[in-house]
Amino acid sequence: MNEEVTLPAVLGEEILAHCRAVRPEEGCGLVAADASGRPVAVIPIANALHSPVRYQMDTREQFDAMKRIRREGWSLWGIFHSHPHSEPSPSPTDIRLAYYPECYYLIVGLSTDPPKLRCFTMVDGRVSEAALTLVP
Amino acid sequence: MAVTVRIPTPLRKLTGNQSEIREEGGTIREVLKNLEVHYPGIGERLTDESGELRRFINIYVNEEDIRFQDGLDTKIKLGDEVSIIPAIAGGAE
Repeated sequence: MNEEVTLPAVLGEEILAHCRAVRPEEGCGLVAADASGRPVAVIPIANALHSPVRYQMDTREQFDAMKRIRREGWSLWGIFHSHPHSEPSPSPTDIRLAYYPECYYLIVGLSTDPPKLRCFTMVDGRVSEAALTLVP
Repeated sequence: MAVTVRIPTPLRKLTGNQSEIREEGGTIREVLKNLEVHYPGIGERLTDESGELRRFINIYVNEEDIRFQDGLDTKIKLGDEVSIIPAIAGGAE
Protein backbone atom coordinates (compact mmCIF):
# COMPACT_ATOMS: atom_id res chain seq x y z
CA MET A 1 0.00 0.00 0.00
CA ASN A 2 2.01 3.00 -1.15
CA GLU A 3 -0.38 5.55 -2.60
CA GLU A 4 -2.31 7.82 -0.28
CA VAL A 5 -5.79 8.90 -1.32
CA THR A 6 -8.09 11.36 0.40
CA LEU A 7 -11.85 11.51 0.02
CA PRO A 8 -14.12 14.08 1.66
CA ALA A 9 -15.99 12.25 4.43
CA VAL A 10 -19.31 13.56 3.17
CA LEU A 11 -18.74 11.75 -0.12
CA GLY A 12 -17.81 8.58 1.72
CA GLU A 13 -21.10 8.85 3.61
CA GLU A 14 -23.02 9.28 0.36
CA ILE A 15 -21.41 6.13 -1.04
CA LEU A 16 -22.25 4.16 2.11
CA ALA A 17 -25.80 5.51 2.20
CA HIS A 18 -26.47 4.43 -1.38
CA CYS A 19 -24.97 0.98 -0.86
CA ARG A 20 -27.02 0.49 2.30
CA ALA A 21 -30.18 1.67 0.55
CA VAL A 22 -29.98 -0.91 -2.23
CA ARG A 23 -28.81 -3.81 -0.05
CA PRO A 24 -29.06 -6.80 -0.51
CA GLU A 25 -28.19 -5.87 -4.09
CA GLU A 26 -24.73 -4.61 -4.86
CA GLY A 27 -24.74 -0.83 -5.12
CA CYS A 28 -22.61 1.07 -7.61
CA GLY A 29 -21.81 4.52 -8.91
CA LEU A 30 -19.19 7.04 -9.91
CA VAL A 31 -17.11 9.66 -8.12
CA ALA A 32 -16.21 12.80 -10.03
CA ALA A 33 -13.31 15.14 -9.39
CA ASP A 34 -13.03 18.82 -10.18
CA ALA A 35 -10.37 20.34 -12.41
CA SER A 36 -7.86 20.24 -9.55
CA GLY A 37 -8.40 16.49 -9.15
CA ARG A 38 -10.28 16.76 -5.86
CA PRO A 39 -13.31 14.46 -5.52
CA VAL A 40 -16.43 16.60 -5.46
CA ALA A 41 -19.46 14.48 -6.32
CA VAL A 42 -20.90 11.01 -5.90
CA ILE A 43 -23.25 9.85 -8.65
CA PRO A 44 -25.13 6.66 -7.70
CA ILE A 45 -26.07 4.50 -10.67
CA ALA A 46 -28.59 1.67 -10.79
CA ASN A 47 -27.23 -1.87 -10.84
CA ALA A 48 -28.84 -3.24 -13.98
CA LEU A 49 -28.30 -6.81 -12.76
CA HIS A 50 -30.10 -6.27 -9.41
CA SER A 51 -27.84 -8.95 -7.98
CA PRO A 52 -26.30 -9.43 -4.52
CA VAL A 53 -23.05 -10.69 -6.06
CA ARG A 54 -22.68 -8.86 -9.40
CA TYR A 55 -23.15 -5.38 -10.75
CA GLN A 56 -23.29 -3.73 -14.11
CA MET A 57 -24.09 -0.05 -14.27
CA ASP A 58 -27.29 0.83 -16.08
CA THR A 59 -26.08 1.94 -19.49
CA ARG A 60 -28.36 4.96 -19.81
CA GLU A 61 -27.57 6.22 -16.33
CA GLN A 62 -23.85 5.72 -16.93
CA PHE A 63 -24.10 7.65 -20.20
CA ASP A 64 -25.99 10.49 -18.50
CA ALA A 65 -23.48 10.56 -15.64
CA MET A 66 -20.52 10.74 -18.03
CA LYS A 67 -22.23 13.60 -19.87
CA ARG A 68 -22.81 15.43 -16.61
CA ILE A 69 -19.18 14.95 -15.61
CA ARG A 70 -18.04 16.34 -18.96
CA ARG A 71 -20.39 19.32 -18.86
CA GLU A 72 -19.41 20.25 -15.31
CA GLY A 73 -15.75 20.25 -16.30
CA TRP A 74 -15.14 17.32 -13.96
CA SER A 75 -13.31 14.10 -14.59
CA LEU A 76 -14.07 10.52 -13.64
CA TRP A 77 -12.09 9.94 -10.44
CA GLY A 78 -13.51 6.76 -9.01
CA ILE A 79 -15.85 3.83 -9.44
CA PHE A 80 -17.55 2.40 -6.38
CA HIS A 81 -19.53 -0.72 -5.67
CA SER A 82 -20.47 -2.77 -2.65
CA HIS A 83 -19.95 -6.34 -1.53
CA PRO A 84 -23.02 -6.81 0.67
CA HIS A 85 -21.95 -10.14 2.11
CA SER A 86 -18.18 -10.27 1.81
CA GLU A 87 -14.94 -8.44 2.37
CA PRO A 88 -14.34 -5.30 0.32
CA SER A 89 -11.47 -6.63 -1.73
CA PRO A 90 -11.45 -7.04 -5.50
CA SER A 91 -12.87 -10.36 -6.66
CA PRO A 92 -11.58 -12.12 -9.78
CA THR A 93 -14.65 -10.70 -11.54
CA ASP A 94 -13.81 -7.17 -10.39
CA ILE A 95 -10.26 -7.53 -11.66
CA ARG A 96 -11.27 -9.10 -14.97
CA LEU A 97 -13.80 -6.38 -15.73
CA ALA A 98 -11.77 -3.41 -14.49
CA TYR A 99 -11.64 -1.35 -17.65
CA TYR A 100 -10.72 2.05 -16.24
CA PRO A 101 -7.09 1.79 -15.09
CA GLU A 102 -6.80 5.51 -14.37
CA CYS A 103 -9.65 5.38 -11.83
CA TYR A 104 -9.73 4.46 -8.20
CA TYR A 105 -11.96 1.51 -7.44
CA LEU A 106 -13.72 1.97 -4.12
CA ILE A 107 -15.29 -1.13 -2.60
CA VAL A 108 -17.70 -1.04 0.30
CA GLY A 109 -17.98 -4.08 2.55
CA LEU A 110 -21.33 -4.27 4.31
CA SER A 111 -20.74 -7.54 6.15
CA THR A 112 -19.16 -5.74 9.09
CA ASP A 113 -20.40 -3.06 11.46
CA PRO A 114 -19.23 -0.44 10.82
CA PRO A 115 -18.92 -1.05 7.08
CA LYS A 116 -15.49 -0.94 5.48
CA LEU A 117 -14.47 1.25 2.56
CA ARG A 118 -11.28 0.38 0.72
CA CYS A 119 -9.59 1.87 -2.33
CA PHE A 120 -7.71 0.09 -5.09
CA THR A 121 -6.22 0.62 -8.49
CA MET A 122 -6.52 -2.18 -11.01
CA VAL A 123 -4.28 -2.01 -14.05
CA ASP A 124 -3.99 -4.91 -16.48
CA GLY A 125 -4.92 -7.40 -13.79
CA ARG A 126 -2.57 -5.94 -11.18
CA VAL A 127 -4.25 -4.78 -8.00
CA SER A 128 -2.77 -2.23 -5.61
CA GLU A 129 -4.46 -0.96 -2.50
CA ALA A 130 -4.20 2.74 -1.74
CA ALA A 131 -4.35 4.13 1.78
CA LEU A 132 -7.73 5.82 1.88
CA THR A 133 -8.30 8.66 4.35
CA LEU A 134 -11.65 10.35 4.83
CA VAL A 135 -11.12 14.07 5.42
CA PRO A 136 -13.48 16.78 6.66
CA MET B 1 -19.30 12.83 -43.66
CA ALA B 2 -17.47 13.72 -40.49
CA VAL B 3 -18.81 13.14 -37.04
CA THR B 4 -17.40 13.69 -33.60
CA VAL B 5 -16.39 10.54 -31.73
CA ARG B 6 -15.95 10.76 -27.97
CA ILE B 7 -13.19 8.47 -26.79
CA PRO B 8 -13.38 7.11 -23.23
CA THR B 9 -10.32 7.42 -21.03
CA PRO B 10 -9.35 3.71 -21.23
CA LEU B 11 -8.91 4.02 -25.02
CA ARG B 12 -7.15 7.37 -25.15
CA LYS B 13 -3.70 5.81 -25.06
CA LEU B 14 -4.57 4.54 -28.54
CA THR B 15 -5.62 8.00 -29.78
CA GLY B 16 -2.66 10.04 -28.61
CA ASN B 17 -4.69 11.07 -25.55
CA GLN B 18 -7.36 12.75 -27.67
CA SER B 19 -10.80 12.72 -26.07
CA GLU B 20 -12.63 13.72 -29.23
CA ILE B 21 -11.88 12.73 -32.79
CA ARG B 22 -13.39 13.79 -36.10
CA GLU B 23 -13.98 10.71 -38.20
CA GLU B 24 -15.63 9.91 -41.51
CA GLY B 25 -18.37 7.38 -42.13
CA GLY B 26 -22.02 6.95 -43.02
CA THR B 27 -22.66 4.26 -40.43
CA ILE B 28 -21.15 3.35 -37.10
CA ARG B 29 -19.48 0.35 -38.75
CA GLU B 30 -17.72 2.64 -41.22
CA VAL B 31 -16.68 5.06 -38.50
CA LEU B 32 -15.15 2.20 -36.49
CA LYS B 33 -13.28 0.94 -39.57
CA ASN B 34 -11.84 4.40 -40.14
CA LEU B 35 -10.92 4.72 -36.49
CA GLU B 36 -8.89 1.51 -36.79
CA VAL B 37 -7.13 2.87 -39.90
CA HIS B 38 -6.11 6.04 -38.08
CA TYR B 39 -5.61 4.55 -34.61
CA PRO B 40 -4.47 0.95 -35.02
CA GLY B 41 -5.50 -1.33 -32.19
CA ILE B 42 -8.69 0.46 -31.28
CA GLY B 43 -10.84 -1.78 -33.47
CA GLU B 44 -10.18 -4.96 -31.53
CA ARG B 45 -11.11 -3.19 -28.32
CA LEU B 46 -14.53 -2.36 -29.75
CA THR B 47 -15.51 -5.32 -31.91
CA ASP B 48 -14.93 -9.07 -31.71
CA GLU B 49 -13.48 -11.49 -34.28
CA SER B 50 -16.79 -11.58 -36.15
CA GLY B 51 -16.91 -7.83 -36.35
CA GLU B 52 -19.73 -7.39 -33.87
CA LEU B 53 -19.75 -4.97 -30.99
CA ARG B 54 -18.14 -6.39 -27.87
CA ARG B 55 -20.53 -7.14 -25.05
CA PHE B 56 -19.05 -4.61 -22.67
CA ILE B 57 -18.88 -1.78 -25.20
CA ASN B 58 -21.80 0.60 -25.59
CA ILE B 59 -22.04 3.13 -28.40
CA TYR B 60 -24.42 6.06 -28.39
CA VAL B 61 -25.31 8.29 -31.33
CA ASN B 62 -26.28 11.55 -29.72
CA GLU B 63 -28.66 10.39 -26.96
CA GLU B 64 -29.49 6.91 -28.23
CA ASP B 65 -27.88 3.50 -27.73
CA ILE B 66 -27.20 1.92 -31.14
CA ARG B 67 -28.33 -1.46 -29.75
CA PHE B 68 -31.84 -0.02 -29.81
CA GLN B 69 -31.36 1.27 -33.35
CA ASP B 70 -29.65 -0.66 -36.15
CA GLY B 71 -26.56 -1.67 -34.19
CA LEU B 72 -23.34 -1.11 -36.11
CA ASP B 73 -25.40 -0.34 -39.21
CA THR B 74 -27.00 2.66 -37.52
CA LYS B 75 -26.76 5.56 -39.95
CA ILE B 76 -25.19 8.79 -38.87
CA LYS B 77 -25.46 12.27 -40.25
CA LEU B 78 -23.32 15.36 -40.28
CA GLY B 79 -22.91 16.81 -36.83
CA ASP B 80 -23.84 13.66 -34.92
CA GLU B 81 -21.92 12.86 -31.78
CA VAL B 82 -20.81 9.28 -31.30
CA SER B 83 -19.93 8.24 -27.74
CA ILE B 84 -18.02 5.06 -26.95
CA ILE B 85 -18.79 3.93 -23.41
CA PRO B 86 -17.20 0.82 -21.91
CA ALA B 87 -19.58 -0.79 -19.43
CA ILE B 88 -18.64 -0.66 -15.78
CA ALA B 89 -19.22 -3.98 -14.12
CA GLY B 90 -17.91 -6.42 -11.55
CA GLY B 91 -19.04 -7.93 -8.30
CA ALA B 92 -18.20 -10.18 -5.41
CA GLU B 93 -18.53 -13.42 -7.39
